[in-house]
Amino acid sequence: METIEIEVFRYQPEKGSDPAFQTYEIPLNKDWVILDALNHIKDHIDGSLSFRWSCRMGVCGSCGMVVNGKPVLTCATFLEKFAPGPVRIEPLDNFPVVRDLVIEMSDFLDKLQKVKPWIIREEEGSTEEEYLQTPSQLADYKQYSMCINCMLCYSACPVYGLEPGFTGPAALALAQRYNMDSRDQGNRDRMEALSDDTGMWQCTFVGDCSAVCPKNVDPAGAIQRYKVEGATHWWKTLLLPYGKDR
Amino acid sequence: MDKSVNKQYYRKDMSIFWWTRKWTHIRFILRELTSLSVAFFALEIVLLFFSVSRGPEGYQTFVAVISNPILIILNFIAFVGLIFHSVTWFDLAPKAMVIKVGKRPLPAIVIAGSNYMGWIVVSVLIFWFLTENT
Ligand code: SF4
Ligand code: FES
Repeated sequence: METIEIEVFRYQPEKGSDPAFQTYEIPLNKDWVILDALNHIKDHIDGSLSFRWSCRMGVCGSCGMVVNGKPVLTCATFLEKFAPGPVRIEPLDNFPVVRDLVIEMSDFLDKLQKVKPWIIREEEGSTEEEYLQTPSQLADYKQYSMCINCMLCYSACPVYGLEPGFTGPAALALAQRYNMDSRDQGNRDRMEALSDDTGMWQCTFVGDCSAVCPKNVDPAGAIQRYKVEGATHWWKTLLLPYGKDR
Repeated sequence: MDKSVNKQYYRKDMSIFWWTRKWTHIRFILRELTSLSVAFFALEIVLLFFSVSRGPEGYQTFVAVISNPILIILNFIAFVGLIFHSVTWFDLAPKAMVIKVGKRPLPAIVIAGSNYMGWIVVSVLIFWFLTENT
């Protein structure tokens, strides 16, 4: 059977050694995705290899890694595509590495919190009340609600790499998911939290986040729209100082 | 943030040449740098108005200065940069502008297209104005 070489990033802090690449030779099975290859290594060659995964169907967002320089979901990327190899597998960029292919993501989770990703009402209605929405109103934000928190966009974002304080693509797209929801009234709250120097203005529109997103969320587009809104809001507060936007 | 700071964790540093490794990054840096071309032409136009306001002699001096071969080359480079900047800018416009007509957003090509149309119309008007008045 044909084989292929896989070069895997290894970091084992308990050994006190520097990170290095380890090469494994595995069968080039046409049905395998990268994640199957890693599981083959773990089950049959080297049980010490660590990586995250769960659903194996592009839904949970836990198997993101950098394969030959590009952040991908390893369960949705075929091994054969990289034949004859070698294939280089690394942890997501821009995050601290815990070990091997496992990254530390609490920074991302904090940022998700920061954008208040829930429906905010000025006054809480009764629980009996329904908030109706038309298909067209749903379409306004649906794309942004498809995010699976895989963090590929953070790995692709050079601004996040250079400025770790940046709120980042997925969290800002999530803010827009709620801002554009006809039931939500939290736009002004979020605007305040996201107009500072860690928010939308940090984005320089490299655009790679949207290119790597497996769910076509288009975070770059969401952020540019947010900037237009932010600028409009600023003009309004300047021209109508006593308006309700203040 | 501090939760994740642990000296056991490995952190890869980003080199200052990070943008040289991918075409999308190079294109991004070029788009940012070519804003200097825009500034260059803006300055040139301000200087042109300034010299014209000082009568025919002022204008003659201006023409003499910008006929310098170095400035012609510089103008040419800046012009290429300006075109690159404008094209990449207009192509990005549909991302920031989502205009809904009725229940549907306008397709991206309409938004970018109307920007290009505006560019052409203004250029033709300026060209017409200049040739009509000389
Ligand atoms: S926006 Fe896309 S790439 Fe970013 S976390 Fe969500 S699904 Fe992943
Ligand atoms: S394992 Fe769930 S997205 Fe890949």
